Amino acid sequence: MLNPPTIFGGFIERNFVEMKKVQLLKLAHARSGDKGDASNVGLIARKPEYYPILKEKVTADVVKKHFTGICKGKVERFELPNLYALNFLLHEALGGGGTVSLRNDAQGKTMSTALLRLEIDVPDELVIE
Amino acid sequence: MRQKEFIRIASGQGYWGDLPQAPYWQVSKGQTDYLVMDYLAEVTMSILQKQKSRDPKLGYAKDLLSVIEKILPLVVEKNIKVITNGGGVNPQACRDAIFEIAKKAGVKGLKIGVVYGDDIYGRIDELLGSGIDLKNMDTGDSLRTVRDRLQSANVYFGAFPIAEALRQGAQIVLTGRATDTGLTLAPMIYEFGWNEQEFDKLAAGIIAGHILECGGQSSGGNYLKDWKNVPDLANIGFPIAEAYPDATIYITKHNGTGGLVSVDTIKEQLLYEIGDPREYITPEVIADFTSVKLESAGDNRVKVFDIKGKPPTEFYKVSMAYSDGYYAIGTLTYGWPDALEKAQAADKIMRQRLKNLGFEYDEFHTEFLGYNSCHGPLSPVTSELNEVVLRVAVRGNDHDAVDAFGRQLVPLVLTGPPTVTGFGGGRPKPQDVVAYWPSLISKTAVKPIVEVTQI
Repeated sequence: MLNPPTIFGGFIERNFVEMKKVQLLKLAHARSGDKGDASNVGLIARKPEYYPILKEKVTADVVKKHFTGICKGKVERFELPNLYALNFLLHEALGGGGTVSLRNDAQGKTMSTALLRLEIDVPDELVIE
Repeated sequence: MRQKEFIRIASGQGYWGDLPQAPYWQVSKGQTDYLVMDYLAEVTMSILQKQKSRDPKLGYAKDLLSVIEKILPLVVEKNIKVITNGGGVNPQACRDAIFEIAKKAGVKGLKIGVVYGDDIYGRIDELLGSGIDLKNMDTGDSLRTVRDRLQSANVYFGAFPIAEALRQGAQIVLTGRATDTGLTLAPMIYEFGWNEQEFDKLAAGIIAGHILECGGQSSGGNYLKDWKNVPDLANIGFPIAEAYPDATIYITKHNGTGGLVSVDTIKEQLLYEIGDPREYITPEVIADFTSVKLESAGDNRVKVFDIKGKPPTEFYKVSMAYSDGYYAIGTLTYGWPDALEKAQAADKIMRQRLKNLGFEYDEFHTEFLGYNSCHGPLSPVTSELNEVVLRVAVRGNDHDAVDAFGRQLVPLVLTGPPTVTGFGGGRPKPQDVVAYWPSLISKTAVKPIVEVTQI
């Protein structure tokens, strides 16, 4: 996808960046589990150079919106630059938590890949294997 | 005692019900100095408390006995020490049962340590009376709201009491509710003489414990990044922490075993079930997961180092369980064509029938396995499903209503949408809901007790 180019007097501004949509699955791996009624999702960049993109694009707000209908509470985000990783806490996401929850996935074990469904915009020149 | 250059601590069980052959593999397939096994989940204690109330000789993880039976000769021969929280709410009875096994096996002079004092179930009224409110740390509610339904209450002790049992010569240490991470830290404290003020070292031991506490989950199990290329999971080697006195840790596994230990498998486990990574709170230290450095150090070998920690809080965490009504879960399988539509129609019919009968629930939850039980509303329908499993579940305080739910499910087979199967399990019956009550207690209000006995 293209970011709408800004046109000044007939030429396109030089610093626009062409963007493409990429599913997080290509950029990161993840593991998830439960902390009471909160699900923790650890998101790890597949390559160190992807980490700044994750940090910029996968904000708490973006994740909250992505999990509409699943996460009823707030989303907290923590940074672990040493591991090129982000940790998310999705509050009120597990139907009351481990032992009370009626969900098939009561412990949120598959929240990891639910997050990896998210599509984000990345610069076109970013090489993705 | 001459200090060892390093010690190898092997994870044997990540939870009660983990791979039964793993502990024997860990003591037989290579060098192991300590075997650590975690058996307790949040509400396990309530199940054990019930068993103990029926029989005072029960109340511990019974599966531990068959493990001990299998590994004891090797453990004694190689002088491997075993540390586990499988003592549950009755570590003394667990000790006695293990002594029986040792006698039968002809093992003499075995020393077993027990750590207890964590079980405050019998002290609740005394504690409440003395002004300790044990309020729910998530909701702030008073314990009095569930006092009469309480089923268990245990304080999480840490590594120091276990280290004390080791110091007194115990070869097997059985604890009640000790932290999973403390099981791994304890041998480091004992062997290297770390004290309560060495927070960076304690944090390193805790993080090693976090890596070990879920067993194979750090050595290739549940590994997302490249799971198809993890070799020989059938013979997965559980993780081993090789710890040095300066708190450098190497995570590895026995040679010749399957699975994978890599920087990426360790990263996934480090991020498992954590909240704020700067504040990983344990009884002995607050560990900082943002300080951890990882470095590949050869085949299936990762160096974990540079870890920082800071002083702990004034509190122990308390894990309590209380009964909170009933639940029931049932499934039916619908086949092609229109599998999803049929399952959705069946769900609707069932809800209507229960409503017509006047039954109500705190929660009525429907999922369609094969379509949306993992990712809920994020699940796209990409093509027509060959089959789908309708999974319905209810929860509430009215036992009759939950029972009625079970009675309404199977009749759908002959009175609902067509081509349905998978009802062989019969009518889902009401089960007790055991809810979790996390709390905090001042460290001055409870004391771990260490007792070492020899036969």
